[in-house]
Amino acid sequence: MSEQEQKEIEALYTDAHHWHINAGAETIHAKRLSGRFRTYKWYAASLWISFFILPYFRSEDHQAILFDIPNRQFHLGSLTIWPQDIWMLSLLLILLAITLFAVTAIAGRVWCGYFCLQTVWTDAFTWLEDKIEGNPIQRRKLDAAPWSLQKLGKKVIKHLLWLLISIATGVTFTAYFTDAYQLWIDVVTLQAPLIAWVTIGFFVFFTYVFAGFMREQVCFWLCPYARIQSVMVDKDTELPTYDLARGEPRGKMRHNAGAQKGDCIDCRLCVGVCPTGVDIREGMQEGCITCGMCIDACDSIMDKVKRPRGLIRYASRKELSGESLPPVLKRPRVITYSVVLLLSIAGIIYGLTHIPPVELSVVHERQPLFTQMSDGSIQNRYTIKAVNKTPQRLTFRLHITGLDGVNIKMPDGDIITLQPEGTIPFHVFLRMKPALLKKKKTKIRFILESMNATDKLKIKKRSVFIGPAT
Amino acid sequence: MAKQNKPKQVPDTGYEWDGIRELTNPPPRWWMITFHASWIFCIIYFILYPSIPLVTDHTKGILGWTMIKEFKEDVAANDAIKAPYLKKVAEMDGQALMADPGMRNFADSSAKAIFGDFCAGCHGTGGQGAPGLFPNLSDDAWLFAGDFDGIVESITDGREGSMPAHIEDIDEAGINKLTDFVIAAAQGKATPEGLAHFNASGCADCHGEDAAGGAINDLGSGATNLTDAIWRFGSSRDDVLRTIRYGVNEDPEDVPNTRIAIMPAFGDKLSPEAIKMLAVKVHQFGGGK
Repeated sequence: MSEQEQKEIEALYTDAHHWHINAGAETIHAKRLSGRFRTYKWYAASLWISFFILPYFRSEDHQAILFDIPNRQFHLGSLTIWPQDIWMLSLLLILLAITLFAVTAIAGRVWCGYFCLQTVWTDAFTWLEDKIEGNPIQRRKLDAAPWSLQKLGKKVIKHLLWLLISIATGVTFTAYFTDAYQLWIDVVTLQAPLIAWVTIGFFVFFTYVFAGFMREQVCFWLCPYARIQSVMVDKDTELPTYDLARGEPRGKMRHNAGAQKGDCIDCRLCVGVCPTGVDIREGMQEGCITCGMCIDACDSIMDKVKRPRGLIRYASRKELSGESLPPVLKRPRVITYSVVLLLSIAGIIYGLTHIPPVELSVVHERQPLFTQMSDGSIQNRYTIKAVNKTPQRLTFRLHITGLDGVNIKMPDGDIITLQPEGTIPFHVFLRMKPALLKKKKTKIRFILESMNATDKLKIKKRSVFIGPAT
Repeated sequence: MAKQNKPKQVPDTGYEWDGIRELTNPPPRWWMITFHASWIFCIIYFILYPSIPLVTDHTKGILGWTMIKEFKEDVAANDAIKAPYLKKVAEMDGQALMADPGMRNFADSSAKAIFGDFCAGCHGTGGQGAPGLFPNLSDDAWLFAGDFDGIVESITDGREGSMPAHIEDIDEAGINKLTDFVIAAAQGKATPEGLAHFNASGCADCHGEDAAGGAINDLGSGATNLTDAIWRFGSSRDDVLRTIRYGVNEDPEDVPNTRIAIMPAFGDKLSPEAIKMLAVKVHQFGGGK
């Protein structure tokens, strides 16, 4: 092996050393400092309080937000969304995804840093840990110490509080699917149905494990968003960045240090406060959830050493290399995302304001496609299934267009009555003289016109009338 | 595990190829957890459920679970749901059953499987029958009776129509003339001479003096209406000739070419409720009276 090759292999190991992977063996005990981004994080996290409160609001005679799975209805205030309106869900998912993409393109993983339930719950759990077991130094000491009554007491209190939060989370989540008040009664009296216990158990377990034990490991190894979001970042994206030019060469601050030193005094506080344990000075990396804790930490140090703030700051790569940043609304990505965003919002608003009062399906019988009757006429059978989404009874008169001289046979003449509590499927028979049939397959329309004077509902459904080949 | 970040310090197995050493790092923790969880799961499963094959048998597991038991429980649960409706079916008469949309739909849907098992083999899944062989149940031409009670009777007791072979008692010219008349009658073009010949040949005894079937059905022969558009045994001239010459349900040993048209009785195979529900379904095919 030549010396050159040997050197290249050595370089690989050097890289490996920098590529620090914590696969869970090491618990990150992040220091908690106050600061600008810490405050933002509290504000953003406090929005999650609404998650715990919303199930208890009522609207009319039911829960304001209720995913009623057994009855296949989703109540949102006075709106009721039926399975047939589910196409709006795809728009909603597009909306959420694009919002995520747009925000990521502009300012990185804002979702992760400030609002993600994983990081917010972890933050709450570590806040409790900090209050009970002390700061990171005390916590490490406690972890290393032999078991004592005091250690046991602290650990038990911590885990009990974690479990309480987990249970509140689990029950609250479940409360969106059933009557919230009744659920609490059932849970406290241990009378809840099995599916409720399973759901609650699932969420309690994963809240406790994810926020209490796995923490940043979830972001590193489990979360698909974390990976997707990182690739949405470009040179224009504002991210917490270490100003390499200003900071290097880093080194301990000494009174008689020469002027060759950069602004970074290598205090490692930015690493100490990082909830995922990464060193931001190594550049943008998958572990960074862009929470800005390192910015708070570094700013506090810069104040102390009388240097300007912003050695670590929200900056894009273009900014750092001295280029000017294009205005937000002139970036092609942002424009594209905005258009998709607006379209999906418009679609959802249209959908919510145009929920059809009746869902009707007309199914043409396929076996047999048609029947010849004794008088020679051709009969087709149709099955009608209908859902009346309004609270009152609706009556319609049926007529057929596209087929002159057709005879309609239904249970109640040509009247269709749809009860609000559900309509039982029924058959409609159409009969035609074969002489009047011009084609083997005639396109027809079922027209239902409301007989109530107030609403002028008109429902049109396409179907076919099939006869023998002519 | 953190040691893996300093590969130079990790002990190796002693193997080295081209400067690449095999290290003795333990497998990742998640892998070990999954591994242990897997074998623990297996042991618990082996204890609880049937699992280990023996020479002639297998271990039963302490839960006593078997697939057939679970199947039977599911069937029983399903039967329990249906029981009150079946009770209603047993209590209601045909008219009430047909007039109640809920019960009508229940019967129609429930009978789907029964129809598929017992009826569709001949009559087709949609009751469309098979031309010349098995009657179409979705039209409104009925050899016997098309009302609810008549359909119930047909299913319960079966039906066996009959028509004598005429090859012996009517000469060839007469049979041809009758054939011309029958084909014309179905198109509404019957001539008075034809009808006279029809009556003179004795056909009216069963098919009626106007050839429209009619009251003769009381004899239970299933004599068809010859003036409508529906053909029981095919509308071609050859088909009609064969039916007149060799009849229906004659003894095949005497008349080899006779038409066979037998509906078996289902009274001892199906419960009265099932037959009632089948009758609703057949009625709902579109031709019920």
